[in-house]
Formats: sequence, C-alpha cells, structure tokens
Amino acid sequence: MSQEDLSRQAYWRAHLRLLGICLAIWFLVSFVLGILVAQPLNAFQLGGYPLGFWFAQQGSIYTFIILIFVYAWRMNVLDRKFNVHEE
Amino acid sequence: MDQQTLSLLVVGATFALYIGIAIWARAGSTSEFYVAGRGINPIANGMATAADWMSAASFISMAGLIAFLGFTGGAYLMGWTGGYVLMALLLAPYLRKFGKFTVPEFIGDRFYSKAARIIAVISLIVMSVTYVIGQMRGVGIAFSNILEVPLATGLIAGMAVVFIYAVLGGMKGITYTQIAQYVIMIFAYTVPAIFIAITLTGNPIPQLGLGSTLQGSDTYLLDALDKTMVDLGFHAYTAVGGMSLMNMFLLTLALMIGTAGLPHVIIRFFTVPRVRDARKSAGWALVFIGILYTTAPAVGAMAIWNLVNTVHPGEIGTEEGHLAHADKPAWMERWEQTGLLAFEDKNEDGVIQYYNDANEEFAAMAEEEYGWEGSEIVTLDRDIMVLANPEIAGLPSWVIALVAAGGIAAALSTAAGLLLAISSAISHDLLKGVFMPKISEKNELMAGRIAMAVAILFAGYLGLNPPGFAAEVVALAFGLAAASLFPTLMMGIFMKKMNKEGAIAGMLVGLGTTLLYIFTYKGWFFFSGTAMLPDNPDGWLLGVNPTGFGAIGAAFNFITAYIVMKFTAEPPKDIQDLVESVRVPRSEA
Repeated sequence: MSQEDLSRQAYWRAHLRLLGICLAIWFLVSFVLGILVAQPLNAFQLGGYPLGFWFAQQGSIYTFIILIFVYAWRMNVLDRKFNVHEE
Repeated sequence: MDQQTLSLLVVGATFALYIGIAIWARAGSTSEFYVAGRGINPIANGMATAADWMSAASFISMAGLIAFLGFTGGAYLMGWTGGYVLMALLLAPYLRKFGKFTVPEFIGDRFYSKAARIIAVISLIVMSVTYVIGQMRGVGIAFSNILEVPLATGLIAGMAVVFIYAVLGGMKGITYTQIAQYVIMIFAYTVPAIFIAITLTGNPIPQLGLGSTLQGSDTYLLDALDKTMVDLGFHAYTAVGGMSLMNMFLLTLALMIGTAGLPHVIIRFFTVPRVRDARKSAGWALVFIGILYTTAPAVGAMAIWNLVNTVHPGEIGTEEGHLAHADKPAWMERWEQTGLLAFEDKNEDGVIQYYNDANEEFAAMAEEEYGWEGSEIVTLDRDIMVLANPEIAGLPSWVIALVAAGGIAAALSTAAGLLLAISSAISHDLLKGVFMPKISEKNELMAGRIAMAVAILFAGYLGLNPPGFAAEVVALAFGLAAASLFPTLMMGIFMKKMNKEGAIAGMLVGLGTTLLYIFTYKGWFFFSGTAMLPDNPDGWLLGVNPTGFGAIGAAFNFITAYIVMKFTAEPPKDIQDLVESVRVPRSEA
C-alpha cells in the first residue's frame, strides 16, 4: 500500500471519528433530551421554559446550527492536515 | 386605500420583482440551467436553500400545528431542522465533489446501473409531484383567504410568474428569486410575531418572549397557558403527551432522514463552487431556516393563548368568563366567511364555550357543572393561527398585506425548486441519460425548458383540482425520501463495497414496505374505503403511526442492501475508486 493510500485511510478514519462525535450530539439533544427524557427534564426551568419543552422546540435547533459550523470548521482543519484541501 | 387593494399592490410588487430577476438572470447553458453555473456564494445559497425548503406548510400551517399539539409539535421542529445535520455531514459535500447535475445521476453512476437510476427518477418524481400539489394549494389559499380573489385567478397568476422565472432562468433564475423570496417571507413571519410578543410579554424577541412572564404579571406565559389548557380539558401545553414517545421518536427520525433525502434540496448544494462551501452553506441554510423555526413555537403558543383568552376572558364557568356570540370581534366574523372558522351555540346560552369535548371525563363534568353541551367552536382550521394573526393582534393593514405576500413567496419558492428537480430528472436523467445519449447541449437545454413548462401546467392543474388525498401526501413524500433515496445515497458514499444488486434491492424493499404500510392505513392510492386496517393506534402494527414509518422503511432498505451485497459480486475497481474520490475534497481523479 502506497504512502498516499495510508494517508487517505488515516484521513477517512479521522473524519469518521469526527462524524461519530457530531452525530452523538445530534442524537442527544433531539431524541434523548427533547423526547425520551423530556418529561423528567420538564421539572427544571430555563427562564419560563420547562427544560424538556425547550430542547424539543428551541434548544435542539440552536445546537444543530452550531454543530454544522463546528463540523465544517473541523473538516477544514482536517483537509489541510492531510493535504486534501481545495484551492 | 382599502385592505384588499393594498394587499394586491404589495403582492403585485413582489411579482414584478421576481420577473425583473428572471430577465436579469437568464440561463445560457445546461450548467446554468441545472446548477446555476456552480457560482453561488455559500451564504446566498444558504438563503436560497431556506426559501426552497420552507414551503407553504412551514409558513402557513406549522405554527398552527404546533399550537394544537403543544410539546409534541417538537417532532416537526426537530425533524425538519435535524435533517440538515444529516445532509451536511453525510450527503451534500460528497455529492458536490461528485460534481454532476442530478441526484439520480449519482445513483446511476455509483451503482453502474440504468435500472437504479430509473428507480431513483421514479421516486423523485412521485415525491416531488405530491409535494408540489401542496404548494399550489398554498398559493390558492393565500389568494382566496387573504386577498379575497378567486382561487383560480390567484393560482394562474402564481403559475405565470413561476413559468417566467423558472423556464427562463432555470436554477440560476430560481436561486436569485429564492433569495428575494426568503427576505419577504422572513420579514412577513417575524414582524407580526414581534408585535404579538411585545403585546403579551413586553419582550420584542419572540424566542425570549415565549420564556418570559406575561405583561404586568409574575406568571410565566407557558405556565399560564398550561393552566388554561388544563382548565378547558386539554392536556397541559408543555407536557409530554398526545402521541406515544415511540411514535414521536419515529416521526422525528422519519422527517429528519426524509428531509436529508429530498432531491430538490440536495441539488441546491451542487450550485456552490467547492466542497468546503457545501459544508458551510448547509450551516447557513439552517441559520436562515432556524430564524423561522424558532419563531414558530412562539407564534403557535401565543396564537392559541390569544384565541383562548378572547373566547374566555375571565374565570371559566362564570358569566364574565365567556365571550357572547353577539360580541365576537370583527376578525372572527371575517374568518367565518372563509369557512375556516365556525361557531354553533349548542346549549343556546348566548355565550361561547371552547373546550376539549373529546375528553369524556371533562365533558361530563362540564355538562353537569356548567351546562355545556359541546365545544362551540365547531371548525377551527390551524392555518388561521398564522393567517389571522395580524388581525388578532390588531396590526396595521400593511402587515396583513405582507403576510399574504410572504405566504405566496413561501409557496412559489418551494414550487420552483421542486419543478426544477422534476424537469432535470426528465431532461437530464431520462432523456440524455437513457433514451437519447447523443442529444446536443442546446437541445437538452430546450428539453429542460419544455419539461419545466409541462410540469408547471400539470402542477397548476392538480392545484385547481386537488385529489382528495392532498393532505395525506406529505407523509408519503417524506416516507419515500426516507425509505428510498437517503439510505441509497448514504451507502453509496460510506460503503465502498455496496454494489448494484444491493442498492436496487434495498430501494425496492424500502419503497415497497413504506408504500404498503401507508396504503394499508390510508387506503390504496389514497382512495377512501380501500384501507385494510383502521388508521388509529389500535389498528397500527405494533402501534407504529404510518407517518413515521419512513424511518422503518429506511432500516429495511439498509438491511436488505447489506444482505444482498454479501451474496453478490463486488463493484468494479473503477467504482471503488470513484467512492474514494468523492470522500476527499481534492483528489486527482
């Protein structure tokens, strides 16, 4: 296997690790906090929002936005590190 | 100037703007027609994507949907935004790297199979056509209910405008028009929301207002709303309930993967110059979508609060606690004429009672205690929650005009995006890809324009004569996108060894099971009376709601593809190299 192939494999593995972390956060804020444990979370308040309700109707969306930008930023770093970035 | 003239002037001005953009942004090549020459700035593309995505349903119906669902409405909010995370992380950048014009084209090339491409074209056309019917109806609703113009006149005016900019400009014209439409739409949505938030809570930001105390009181708005809803026999607004957690989970997941698999949204990411722009652009798209989607819960909750407090201004069951039928505000009388709102004085006491008469225990108590004989708002269309909002809040007439223009902008921008996806599938995938591979670029561009024109006429016809199942088909569109396209695209990128046989079998099984499940409960091809099992939690297999079945159809697609792949030949070397190349932003092909 050539040097370039090895570097490609390492790039793809690092990418998959980043994807895994991002998708775990995506799952946590929506399916876990916004649905599965929303009822107990509603006992806590964020201002006038019951917390579970806030995650289901506000917080998950804010997290998704931040998540995509963080992913895009980390990918740019990764692209440069493995020298596969675009001009 | 009266309201109708003002509204027509505002809508007319927006139409003139769209036509002006169309003349300025004409398409001269197939690349400009299909992907706007790949020259769109990522932030501009994010804005166009937001307009493309946010349909008449998002603009007109979603806040009302949330208002009546309460907490469970979060399934739609999370589902329709969380899909962008999947699209940005799992699909858009790689498909942009692939660098072709359509979604079926990727499937056909990656799985080295014309059959796979044709299956993808068919599911694209079915989902896009069902979706476009809803947009045409949205244009009709905005015209007939707000502008008081006959539905057919409004629809034809809308079709004529789309015709001009979509046929002339293709993706290029559509992109720039969508940017203008986004601005109009978001302005029209947030202005009434800000006014209402100030009136109710004193906080001008609706997202914060929803978490604030009521004006001149120490009670939080949501706490007060919870109490009022419970007093009327409904479940508490912010509490979990109304849908099983499993169905909320499945519905959210089905909407997310359905959103990520919608071809008319995916192709928007083909218009940016580079892979890194596609990633960033998805983030911007979600920023622009998020502005509306985080405002909608405030609009919904505040609208239902306003409505309930108009009908029940004081302690329930007392004399001053009920609005007299004779004292209804002007907006209620006006909306009664549209048929979207209707009252009936069932117990003939002259005042209105609005409560949950489907809650048997509460209804029995109310009859015993107060002499109520059923809820007296007999028709309450959820679309009123947004459409009548400016009138309920007593906003100036230019705001009402703006809401009409915003609703029409939302419907037209989505319709145009869908029509482009349909016409490029016909001219590029079917005609050039399968039937006439030797067609010249000039003729292909002409074919694209003709396909677009035919699609507009067809969609307009269906908008005028909507099939009875129009309300059901959105579930179908998302179910098909979730069960067919998303898994196949994802496996095409992330599983190098996925082969033609696996992909085709997976798509067919995903499509087949989803269609079968939906038709079993909704009727074959939605003909009423042909449903084989009752469409309620008792009839559903393992309690799974058909609207959330797309998530399970997707799982069947993945599993089938994997098993078939294990028993069939590996894809050829050049296909595996293709997969390697879409995984990196820069590679020497």
